[in-house]
Amino acid sequence: MAGEKKVKLAFYWAATCGGCDVATLDIEERILDVAAIADIVFWPVAMDFKYEDVEKLEDGSVDVCIFNGAVRLSEHEEVAKLLRRKSKVMVAFGSCACFGGIPGLANVADKEQIFNIAYKETVSTENPEGVTPQTESEVDGKKLTLPAFFDEVFPLDRVVDVDYYVPGCPPAVERINDLVGIVAKYAETGELPPKGTVIASEKTLCDECPRKREEKRIKEIRRPQDFMPDLETCLLEQGLICLGPATRGGCGARCIKANMPCRGCYGPTAAVRDHGASALSAIASVLGLDEEAEMTEEQLTALIDQIKDPLGTFYRFTLPSALINKVVRKKEVE
Amino acid sequence: MSFEPKIIGFACNWCTYAGADLAGTSRLKYPPNIRLIRVMCTGRIDPEFILAAFARGADGVFIGGCHPGDCHYMAGNYKAKRRVELLKRLLAQLGISPERLRMEFISAAEGAKFAEVITEFTEKLKELGPSPLKAEGGKE
Ligand code: SF4
Ligand code: SF4
Ligand code: SF4
Ligand code: FES
Repeated sequence: MAGEKKVKLAFYWAATCGGCDVATLDIEERILDVAAIADIVFWPVAMDFKYEDVEKLEDGSVDVCIFNGAVRLSEHEEVAKLLRRKSKVMVAFGSCACFGGIPGLANVADKEQIFNIAYKETVSTENPEGVTPQTESEVDGKKLTLPAFFDEVFPLDRVVDVDYYVPGCPPAVERINDLVGIVAKYAETGELPPKGTVIASEKTLCDECPRKREEKRIKEIRRPQDFMPDLETCLLEQGLICLGPATRGGCGARCIKANMPCRGCYGPTAAVRDHGASALSAIASVLGLDEEAEMTEEQLTALIDQIKDPLGTFYRFTLPSALINKVVRKKEVE
Repeated sequence: MSFEPKIIGFACNWCTYAGADLAGTSRLKYPPNIRLIRVMCTGRIDPEFILAAFARGADGVFIGGCHPGDCHYMAGNYKAKRRVELLKRLLAQLGISPERLRMEFISAAEGAKFAEVITEFTEKLKELGPSPLKAEGGKE
């Protein structure tokens, strides 16, 4: 499409907090570069387009779709499929689209449990008839419809084919600039990176972390609110659960620089299928080792018990893309 | 027909795998429900392998390693033990009984212990019934 024609861009937000759209604006003046090379054909957060407008576009006529948010509702799936049909390139933008993200933590419950809490059980809810959202209802003789609420949250690639991933909650500005660069190159030369490319680092976060590490073991797990960590030493070695050893780099260690441990928003490295498993493995490996041979079962239990919520800690951003991606419906244990 | 649990076992080459062999050559009886996978050290068992076994329909996962102090790679068995303990807590949060995951230290000389442990574990899994993940129709 060399040069003269502008690229057509579409943006969409599914189950999202809106932060990814805001992050897109964080690229500041580079947004003007985007305007120079691209026509935006759809961007619900910023412009008044309707789904019908997208339907009218020719299949494959949108060059790049930048999709943020997880798939929670039938609407998200439908729009994802529509945009996939219309777009040459589909980008999963942000941890929600890439892995399910924070909304994906809802996979600890199913639709019924979520509806019960949200519409019936919370103290501030007054709903004597126990009304919950229905996909179809009749009001004054007219039929009203709502999107269906799925039993679980999905990452984007569970419902459509995804070409590129930009992880991060939200993605770091530098990586959004990389994406702009990719779109610009595409506009100019028609060239694209290999399918499946993750626009981030190929190494772990520890690799780009400036802190000093001594391969020390930790006996006591501490939490950020309990003390002021020293600014130079590895946070994990100071007892904070830092997922850096199991998390893909690319964010520029932004939490670490703010003296906060990594919670894993960039997801797993390329070799790993299940981020939580690799994070669990990394943390288990550094937990108190020195006088291990004499450690009793009770001591081991006390050590491990310091990790209060393994699921929420290790799968904070990736539960829907895990090997076991939701809590089983028929629980054997509570 | 009674329920026959499927067990995936990861056994260290230097101890439990040889122990299983000894159980075999000594003609000790134990249930045929386990498929043993040989690893060079329990420290090499990635928690992902264990979750993958469950995700693909295993009713139980067994890990057999060297006794404390005997690991050929220093601390692989301790590392494995800590991972297993954490995984058990994770399984419980996922609604899966942590009793479906079991780790034991079994040396090359302990063929009888191997047979006993597997018999006991198979019984336990029969009691628990099929893995609840099977009912979910597994999505890989
Ligand atoms: S990835 Fe983070 S910033 Fe982006 S939509 Fe999800 S929760 Fe919000
Ligand atoms: S564990 Fe965290 S603080 Fe330590 S080096 Fe890795 S990223 Fe940095
Ligand atoms: S340090 Fe970790 S949690 Fe923070 S932005 Fe980077 S990958 Fe995400
Ligand atoms: S060599 Fe057997 S557990 Fe490490």
